[in-house]
Amino acid sequence: MLKSRWTSLIATAALVLATTVAQAQTAPDAWIKQISGEVIDAVKADKAIQAGDTQRILALVNAKILPGVDFQRMTSSSVGRYWRQATPEQQKRLQEEFKTLLVRTYAGALTQVKDQTVELKPLRAKPEDTEVLVRSEIKGKGEPIQLDYRVEKVADGWKIYDVNVLGVWLVESYRASFSQEISASGIDGLISKLAEKNKAAAAKG
Amino acid sequence: MRRATAALVCSAVVLTGCATAQRPDPLEPMNRKVFAFNDAVDAAVLKPVAQVYKAVLPSPVQLAVSNFFGNVKDAWSAVNLFLQGRFADGLSDVMRFGTNTVFGFAGVMDIATELGFERHGEDFGQTLGRWGVPTGAYIVWPILGPSTVRDSIGLPVDMKATPESVVSVSLTRNTMTGLRLVSTRAGLLSATGLIDDIALDKYTFVRNAYLQRRRSLVYDGNPPDEEDPDAMMPPEAPAAAAESAASAPAPKAR
Repeated sequence: MLKSRWTSLIATAALVLATTVAQAQTAPDAWIKQISGEVIDAVKADKAIQAGDTQRILALVNAKILPGVDFQRMTSSSVGRYWRQATPEQQKRLQEEFKTLLVRTYAGALTQVKDQTVELKPLRAKPEDTEVLVRSEIKGKGEPIQLDYRVEKVADGWKIYDVNVLGVWLVESYRASFSQEISASGIDGLISKLAEKNKAAAAKG
Repeated sequence: MRRATAALVCSAVVLTGCATAQRPDPLEPMNRKVFAFNDAVDAAVLKPVAQVYKAVLPSPVQLAVSNFFGNVKDAWSAVNLFLQGRFADGLSDVMRFGTNTVFGFAGVMDIATELGFERHGEDFGQTLGRWGVPTGAYIVWPILGPSTVRDSIGLPVDMKATPESVVSVSLTRNTMTGLRLVSTRAGLLSATGLIDDIALDKYTFVRNAYLQRRRSLVYDGNPPDEEDPDAMMPPEAPAAAAESAASAPAPKAR
């Protein structure tokens, strides 16, 4: 009993180590291709996700996507110049509420995946670049959907810090809304607005 | 007519002058009212009709309808590509239109995409953008929705390039316009649902998304970086960014 648990633990540790090492060596576009491929395959294989099972989708997003996203940077750039004025406590809450909002949105989009494939466009970056633009297209029925990522190099691979859907960057879109909210009712006002939005969505299911 | 055009151009010039970095949306108070009106009309009429359309019609029929209107757009897109001096892309859209009209039964089947001819979807607003006409102020039109001064100049020209504009019987023409609107709206149902979920203030969100998307379309998905005073840099980045900016070749002016 104890022995088999140890064996599986060691096996898991080895696996984790192997993936981390592999990730450190991948090019950013290959990395994006790998994650998006894995996510699409997981959705295709899972009837519960296609039917809209929120728990299952969140589990998938938490396992596959979240480790590859720099939420701290995404939040701080969306909040813009007000970020420095926020206390560490406020920064933490902003980041958490924003993350909840984005994860739910992404989860909703995932239920739409059916027969799509991801195609990467040629990468225009030097090997030593630490911030890279990865451009891709989701192809399925109808028009292809433009989906670009800004990724940064971190110690053990890459992390996404901005996403572009159909020519619209996520951070830039939220910056206008956030600064409008902050100048009207302060940083706490923005936090409670985000929390309110998340609560309403959670109640809806 | 000529006077009306002159008046339009004059007001366009005035409005263009108004949109600055400090005041990105000079018409905001009026725009917000129109936006609220459009939202109400959409909730009461267009969205329910589109939902029924999507639920009742078999999806091959929906696809055929959207292909038919898309085919006429391809012809118009080809004209715009030629106007922009992009002859290879223009020819590709001519091929699209020809193939789908002849072999796709007047455009209800999109065979050209299967053959590898990608759709470009250029409109006159984008052509004006290519020619260097500035965007101008953001305008929300009743029913037609978000636009800018530049896109509004393109709008009447674009509307001439719809299949119904060649139909002389007004009942048929109106039915076709209605069908085109409902078909477009049905395609957007999941997107608008998403906006309701993620936007803090729908007006600001839609304005920002519209302006970014149009800018991206003018540069074909690859717009140059904008000067951005609000951008947060990671602590070590500014020096590196300045260095790479100095060594990088100057972006080509369009």
